[in-house]
Amino acid sequence: MPKRSDLKHILVIGSGPIVIGQACEFDYSGTQACRVLRSEGIRVSLVNSNPATIMTDPEFADATYVEPITPEFVELVIAKERPDAVLPTLGGQTALNTAVALHEAGVLEKYGVELIGADIDAIRRGEDRQLFKDIVAKAGVRIGVEDPAGLVPRSRVCHSMDEVRETVAELGLPVVIRPSFTMGGLGSGMAHTDADLERIAGAGLAASPVHEVLIEESVLGWKEYELELMRDRHDNVVVVCSIENVDPMGVHTGDSVTVAPAMTLTDREYQRLRDLGIAVLREVGVDTGGCNIQFAVNPADGRIVVIEMNPRVSRSSALASKATGFPIAKIAAKLAIGYTLDEIPNDITLKTPAAFEPTLDYVVVKIPRFAFEKFPGADPELTTTMKSVGEAMSLGRNFTEALNKAMRSMETKASGFWTVPDPSGATRENTLAALRVPHDGRLYTVERALRLGASIAEVTAASGGIDPWFLDQIAGLVELRAEIVAAPVLDAELLHRAKRAGLSDRQLAALRPELAAEDGVRTLRHRLGIRPVYKTVDTCAAEFEATTPYHYSSYDAETEVVGSARPKVLILGSGPNRIGQGIEFDYSCVHAVMALRSAPSGGSAAGGSGFETVMVNCNPETVSTDYDTADRLYFEPLTFEDVIEVWHAEDSSGRAAGGPGVVGVIVQLGGQTPLGLAQRLKDAGVPVVGTSPESIHLAEERGAFGSLLARAGLRAPAHGTATSYEEAKEIADEIGYPVLVRPSYVLGGRGMEIIYDDVTLRDYIGRATEISPDHPVLVDRFLDDAIEIDVDALCDADGEVYLGGVMEHIEEAGIHSGDSSCALPPITLAGSHVAQVRRYTEAIARGIGVRGLLNVQYALKDDALYVLEANPRASRTVPFVSKATAVPLAKAAARIALGATIAELRAEGMLPATGDGGTLPPDAPIAVKEAVLPFKRFRTPAGKGVDSLLGPEMKSTGEVMGIDTSFGHAFAKSQSAAYGSLPTQGKIFVSVANRDKRGMIFPVKRLADLGFEIVATAGTAEVLRRHGIACELAPKHYEAGSDDDAVSLILGGRVALVINTPQGSGASARSDGYEIRSAAVTADIPCITTVPGAAAAVMGIEARIRGDMQVRPLQALHATLRTPQ
Amino acid sequence: MARRAGAILVLEDGRTFHGEAYGSVGETFGEAVFNTGMTGYQETLTDPSYHRQVVVQTAPHIGNTGVNAEDDESRRIWVAGYVVRDPARVSSNWRATGGLEDRLATEGVVGISGVDTRALTRHLRERGAMRVGISSIDDDPRALLARVRQSPQMLGADLSAEVTTTAPYVVAAEGEHRFTVAALDLGIKRNVPRRLAARGVTTHVLPAHSTIEDLLATGADAVFFSPGPGDPATADGPVKLARDVLRRQVPLFGICFGSQILGRALGFGTYKLGYGHRGINQPVLDRVTGKVEVTSHNHGFAVQLPGVQPGAVVPDQVIDTEFGGVQVSHLCLNDNVVEGLRARDVPAFTVQYHPEAAAGPHDADYLFDRFAELIEGRTHSEGRTNA
Repeated sequence: MPKRSDLKHILVIGSGPIVIGQACEFDYSGTQACRVLRSEGIRVSLVNSNPATIMTDPEFADATYVEPITPEFVELVIAKERPDAVLPTLGGQTALNTAVALHEAGVLEKYGVELIGADIDAIRRGEDRQLFKDIVAKAGVRIGVEDPAGLVPRSRVCHSMDEVRETVAELGLPVVIRPSFTMGGLGSGMAHTDADLERIAGAGLAASPVHEVLIEESVLGWKEYELELMRDRHDNVVVVCSIENVDPMGVHTGDSVTVAPAMTLTDREYQRLRDLGIAVLREVGVDTGGCNIQFAVNPADGRIVVIEMNPRVSRSSALASKATGFPIAKIAAKLAIGYTLDEIPNDITLKTPAAFEPTLDYVVVKIPRFAFEKFPGADPELTTTMKSVGEAMSLGRNFTEALNKAMRSMETKASGFWTVPDPSGATRENTLAALRVPHDGRLYTVERALRLGASIAEVTAASGGIDPWFLDQIAGLVELRAEIVAAPVLDAELLHRAKRAGLSDRQLAALRPELAAEDGVRTLRHRLGIRPVYKTVDTCAAEFEATTPYHYSSYDAETEVVGSARPKVLILGSGPNRIGQGIEFDYSCVHAVMALRSAPSGGSAAGGSGFETVMVNCNPETVSTDYDTADRLYFEPLTFEDVIEVWHAEDSSGRAAGGPGVVGVIVQLGGQTPLGLAQRLKDAGVPVVGTSPESIHLAEERGAFGSLLARAGLRAPAHGTATSYEEAKEIADEIGYPVLVRPSYVLGGRGMEIIYDDVTLRDYIGRATEISPDHPVLVDRFLDDAIEIDVDALCDADGEVYLGGVMEHIEEAGIHSGDSSCALPPITLAGSHVAQVRRYTEAIARGIGVRGLLNVQYALKDDALYVLEANPRASRTVPFVSKATAVPLAKAAARIALGATIAELRAEGMLPATGDGGTLPPDAPIAVKEAVLPFKRFRTPAGKGVDSLLGPEMKSTGEVMGIDTSFGHAFAKSQSAAYGSLPTQGKIFVSVANRDKRGMIFPVKRLADLGFEIVATAGTAEVLRRHGIACELAPKHYEAGSDDDAVSLILGGRVALVINTPQGSGASARSDGYEIRSAAVTADIPCITTVPGAAAAVMGIEARIRGDMQVRPLQALHATLRTPQ
Repeated sequence: MARRAGAILVLEDGRTFHGEAYGSVGETFGEAVFNTGMTGYQETLTDPSYHRQVVVQTAPHIGNTGVNAEDDESRRIWVAGYVVRDPARVSSNWRATGGLEDRLATEGVVGISGVDTRALTRHLRERGAMRVGISSIDDDPRALLARVRQSPQMLGADLSAEVTTTAPYVVAAEGEHRFTVAALDLGIKRNVPRRLAARGVTTHVLPAHSTIEDLLATGADAVFFSPGPGDPATADGPVKLARDVLRRQVPLFGICFGSQILGRALGFGTYKLGYGHRGINQPVLDRVTGKVEVTSHNHGFAVQLPGVQPGAVVPDQVIDTEFGGVQVSHLCLNDNVVEGLRARDVPAFTVQYHPEAAAGPHDADYLFDRFAELIEGRTHSEGRTNA
């Protein structure tokens, strides 16, 4: 069946901001979809509020709407674009839910828009728990299963707590609670006690948009599997990948260590899953496209139950695509426009069709990355609610190789087994006990238990069911460890065996202290000629020749790297997503690839223009690890060892082919991860291009940077560095409290705090365990009530500086730039301020010797500009600035790193001929960036919400952009995109600190004038009333017998907006209002914690009340911006 | 991860791989072929079609689920040798009754582990299936190479007699008996009679040398030609038998080797594929429905149609034969290999791949229904040819 000819214009819905459970895998899938549809000659409109994505680059769609993904805004887009069809299956649950809402509101019908890739009934059948149960039973009958009812856990759908209690009386505890229509398992959990039940089911009913939860029989400890399937409109079905969870049932699959393909199933059992999966897919009626089905298998007797299905592309399908080389999203997009699987060629072999099932001759391991350290008080137990913020994947020729590689891809303090000491006092018994609660890094606990003498059976039992096969693999490593420790010398045979098992040089160094650390092991290894080879991901286990250089390392006999004479550039990616280092860096890396593939490469021997781009990364969610992105992809950990081996393989094969080999390695676009490798790579003779490692050090080393600023006559807050409490106190006494303290070399404000007194300072230093002369604590004077300014700029070898954008934070200084909202162009800065920012930025860029991107943070206090910090690398805001100003900064940075000048880039048209981001025209649109925070995901062990108060340590997982002609409109859009819309009516609860009362009068007065009812705590109410603002009183704290206290009002959904700024300072600020803020998080009500935030909200609310919201594609906005004035 | 004794693998073109002894210690020879299935090693090992072949598993971990009492496809392990990368040290499965390596050792199967199986597979892909030797008793590759070059070739090998049952046996229908099928055992897999039994078929499995009289003496409503090892060009006896069956208009179904026999009976040739199809992920197009099925394959030979070069697209047209019109009903989408034949004027059809799966997907299970329907059509309207 060929392509449908009636589809000429398709609207693709993206997934919005990166949140836990919905990350950049949807940028990967959406980008693929846009590429495919356009290559088919179809006009593509796109709506996605996330500026950090590649898919919202204007060249990926014909009309790119960076607008909120809400029915309201998507309808505006549909009305304006009038597409033939909407494709919602590549934008995660957000896109799917929006499509359902548009259908229910009659919008699709009104505009004659067809839903493709899925139909509404199939979505319902897949996601409505009761319907799904019936579907599974029917599917079981279809394939002749003996007990079709046994294919699902016994369960019941409940709509009230009374129903929940009745059901549990029948099923008995423990039970699993799953709210309907939430993503990433939000709100679900396991109840072992009645108290658990009340708490989780209560929250679940609230979290479900249809107030529905499923209570089901526990399959805790069963083996967990997933299948990724695809179906075309001719009913051809293929299973792309099987995935087995190392963590048995009970831990969300997103939080589990997973393996592909399934390792512990016989063919008979695997085929049962396959038959059942296909039957369910057909019964649900997934029209075309990808789908994911999860199963639990009882390890005692093989009973299978179907857990759930997602009738769309998912996180697992991104993983499966990267794991197999079968691009699910790309194929799904083709299927949606009418092709069948047999008509689509296999991308990798080109000769065989996509209608087949990939077979793997390697093992893939995925490990989740958590960020519990960012949320003090959050319960770190892993449950059925997903809590991880990212993941790394690795490939190896066996399980342990892949496992060890994945573990060292995590970028945590531990870099694989034995790289950190055991917890003190670890015994076999207490280690086994620790296994009982699923936790981050449980594999370390497993290894320790085995090493301390526990048997495989004991570990299986203690861990609640980790399969003995996996445990034996780890036991094999424990035995190998003993051999390595005991061997008189580390000879070639043993070293080779260790490398085949996946052990890193660093791990070996930990076991053989005489080898002078990792470098010593590497030297020995190279001397013995032990280096990895690179194998190819080819979908077919080498049955057919692969045309795509998608490689992974292994210690095996034969390498498959084909030499190329073209000049090569290695781009180091950013590794697993984590808070502070996410999709923004992937965006910059992908841009570097795009820019360099077509850039003039300076008279290469091969004669061709363009560099051969080589991507190194280990994050399966990203666009950068799409084998279509760079010329060559190495799916490898970003450790020094793994990177230098890739460099060696590419450089030597390039030279052997008569070319120049690797002419540059770009480290400044992937965030702190590759930046941290810069000096070592350079020292090893690797050509690190762009800003030199020495310059990077100059910006990061406080003393050197301080003298640079002093020489240039630039102001900075008074500061010092300390390696002890005494030193820190001395500095604080000198510069005065409050002070901002942080460890050196961090990203995302890790460990950063504002401190107001000696006691807290002593406490902080006590907690900063890794403090040393090499890693001192930085102590800065904290500027209260300053305006924070963020700048992204380019600097070339001539010292020419291009100001990319000047962003003004909406919240005052003290909140991490990644968490605060900001506006571009700056909304309150005077021209003279911008001129001063320019002068400062130029001086810093030249002083450091930046060759590429530079991010500087300033504070403006009492009309004086202070330099807070400078980072000579791509920042999180690069994609935002690029989209707001129509200038591809990361592309320009990559070009500059390889020798281009700003003047040349202006002449080429990559940069504007004249002017820059500091000279935007007065009528330029205003872009507002808003951070998205994950507080809803976390609970304290007691089940309470965690505090949503913002501070200098970054906590957001993603961001959105609102762009419009006025600040109010842009801010309102940013709020709609991030949290749900600002209210236009209802009650507003206000409770502000004394110092904020003055500033709050105007915004609250305006809200009252707009018709909102104001509820306030006593102190706040008193001030407001004095200014003629009528307000009700509500006690801050719960009082027995009353339900009109702040928390009850919020939890009862009786207020539409909360404005709460913390009273006092330091630790007391944190505790004040904690209950109010966490109640707002629980109830999903917007909560504003700063005065400027409240002012911005007022402008946004006004814009919404006026009801004149409009949508405009980036292409139109950019055309205006790039037209010479 | 402890060390095992050394072993070597030498291909007939001299390429040598080093590894460790696996299974039985000793020396073995055969045709090196690779299998890309990620599951189903027990079925593969016990599939008689692998007789005289040294199987290279592309999936790196083998033996994870041990061996069990239910998944054997015949009475013994048939592979001549076994090449794996990472053998399991423990078996993990609720059905497991023992470990794979113990089983290999017990049955005297010489294997080698720790080999770069991907490099070996790429070599076979580029150079074609060839003879190989594995030794864990002689570490001199040159000496082994000389012995490899003296070992028998697969081309021209007549192996049916070595794998067939010595005495006839019967597999009863499940539930109500509907039909009787006489199955010629050229290396049959247990799942074939099982899939027939599920459709009310009682199967009489007969030795390879059986005559048409032997087949009909069972009271057969239809005849089945089984899969099996060897070069179909040598199978003159079964080909003659198939012609007898066709002449009598007795419904005929065949799988794999059986399909090649039908091809020869119809007057077509057969040829050896470069490196064969051995895996459980092969896409086959059913030309009748236009649908694609993912199927289990194990064949090193294929049917060659008159005037069609191997690898060329097979025209969708009726070919005239001595037994009337014949169509190519199934094609492998990877390489256009003929995967199924359907006679229009006599009641016969065959497939080159394995609808009985074991190991592999069940997508082609419907072919047993087609067989049952074919038989039913014949028994209910005697003498009418199948359309």
